[in-house]
Amino acid sequence: MATETKTTAPTTTLSAKKMEASFLVDTTKCIGCRGCQIACKQWNQNLTDKTTMGSTFTNPPKLNSKTYTNIAFYESEQNGDLSWNFARNGCFHCKKPACASVCPVEALVKTPEGPIIYREPRCIGCRYCMLACPFNVPKYEWEKVSPSIQKCNFCYDRLLAGMIPSCAKSCPTGTITFNDSIEKNLNEAKKRIAEHPGKYHNHIYGEKEAGGTSVLLLSAIPLDQIGHAKVSDQVLPDLTWKYISGIPAIIGVVLAAGIGSWVITRRNQNMDKEGDK
Amino acid sequence: MSTERHEIKMFTPTTIVLLIMMAVGAVSVFKRMTLGLGATTNLQDDFPWGFWIGFDVLGGVAMAAGGFVIASTVYLFNMKKYKPIARPAILTAFLGYVLAASGITLDIGQPFRIWHPIVMWQIQSIMFIVAIHVVLYTTVLGMESSPMFFERIGLKGVQRFVEKIMMPIALFGTLLSTLHQSSLGAVYLIVPDKLHPLWYSSLLPFSFLVSAVMMGLSMVSFESILSSKFFKHQANMGILSGLARGSIIAIGFYFVLKMFVLFKGPGLAAAFDGSMEAKMYLLEMGIGIIAPLLLLLVPTVRSNINSILLVNSLVIIGIVINRMNVALFGMLRHAKARGVEYFPTINEFMVTLFLVAVGLFLFKFACKYFNVLSYEEVKQ
Repeated sequence: MATETKTTAPTTTLSAKKMEASFLVDTTKCIGCRGCQIACKQWNQNLTDKTTMGSTFTNPPKLNSKTYTNIAFYESEQNGDLSWNFARNGCFHCKKPACASVCPVEALVKTPEGPIIYREPRCIGCRYCMLACPFNVPKYEWEKVSPSIQKCNFCYDRLLAGMIPSCAKSCPTGTITFNDSIEKNLNEAKKRIAEHPGKYHNHIYGEKEAGGTSVLLLSAIPLDQIGHAKVSDQVLPDLTWKYISGIPAIIGVVLAAGIGSWVITRRNQNMDKEGDK
Repeated sequence: MSTERHEIKMFTPTTIVLLIMMAVGAVSVFKRMTLGLGATTNLQDDFPWGFWIGFDVLGGVAMAAGGFVIASTVYLFNMKKYKPIARPAILTAFLGYVLAASGITLDIGQPFRIWHPIVMWQIQSIMFIVAIHVVLYTTVLGMESSPMFFERIGLKGVQRFVEKIMMPIALFGTLLSTLHQSSLGAVYLIVPDKLHPLWYSSLLPFSFLVSAVMMGLSMVSFESILSSKFFKHQANMGILSGLARGSIIAIGFYFVLKMFVLFKGPGLAAAFDGSMEAKMYLLEMGIGIIAPLLLLLVPTVRSNINSILLVNSLVIIGIVINRMNVALFGMLRHAKARGVEYFPTINEFMVTLFLVAVGLFLFKFACKYFNVLSYEEVKQ
């Protein structure tokens, strides 16, 4: 880590290599060391939070503007024994992202390599991305007078420099597997479920959620039990696009109706006037 | 029939109350600008849009709908009977849009970048569509209001020219309003998993448009009655009962639409399950639709100025509740599931109070210095 120097993410140049960045996060392998959480903070130079002891070991308890990824700790009782389940939170980098589609100034954009990156100088702070994201990922610097949106950028700068994202790099158990193809990770996930049907809950979170995401999750228990909300398979930008693509038709109808009623009512009035004479 | 503007006194108790509200509210605006959103509002990561979006922006824009409703009635449908109320209605809409735009500017995290959408187009974004319409329609409303300004400063030629091209201006304004009112509903199309099913529907844009027309008719009537009371001139009953008849059609249509959305979506039971959302839904339906509709069907109600005022107030409150339901109450369930509650801070209320007070003050100011209310009389 120390030998790598941080570079600023180029926003327009694209890497020559064809890539479709993807994580397979197999939470059954996670030991809750939180190395990914720390590596993420280090690489992105995010400050630590002042925290207090809560009811669980999850710390900080939620993603925030200084925490792009965290490990959530869930205790459950299985066969009379205490069992730990861990969840990794962070941006899913949707294939058809709601956040980028709603941004009025293209501050959030989906890069051809897959990561959704944030271009701060454009952002007006409308926070529509926060409202629209089905996974509640974009966070805001509420404490600042001149705030920005903050979220995981898939270590886009590292990807362009030929390195894998810092969380995946730091993971000691192979929980986070980086691959340059979503397809390959999906196949690997299916293979693991098929080979160990008892070990996994039979659902790949991210395969269909929100129309498919770049980050795929595997777990031992249903994902809503480890804090991942049920998200419909609907491609969200399609919902608003249906309205926007209808605008030309609305323009046509209103103009025709407006001019039409103007012509008709005016003619009727002129006829009334002539009738009075 | 109408009041000479010179008879309007500037320093009345009402004005003094408005000035105090503005002074108190200005402190809150200053605080928001210097301390930031986190220190002055209850907005948070799991509840990014609050009272300002619900009331100032969604409510304010709906309340400004009287402008395009009357402009199209007078200039497109050629119903000249309504011309006396065109000036106050369009002026109110203009002030409403200026204030809604000010509300958005204070709400966004980077107020000094408010102009970015004008140059950084992103046509997939409803927010971009909304932003462009605010800019264009505020300009149109400014043009629609400009004749009284030119009249005042003695540029008769310019005044006559603008009045002559009013039909295309009004047509463009009606187009922009149709798109803007509906696009505010379209903003929420992207949150099917977050907005409560009592309000989420693919018909949200249409529902916002229809309710805006309904609100517009009531706002115009409401204003005419209030200004006749405040500035002590006789209200025109022909205009008021005409607006009331228009309201019956608009409210009736909106009722059918709301029922269609309810039965096609969550079903009737969802409205009566006793949850907070169901109660807010019934409140919105009862105050804004059912009570006004039943009242307006009584002929004596339509011919009595005070009962029309009551009906107008019900519609206005009902539609504002609808906008608050979409922006706030309908979104709370999702926030609660993530362990978050939202209630506006005093500061958020104060900023809104500031905007409302500025709007009312500017309206009074305009009535005093321009021929807003006495237009027809001056012409005769």
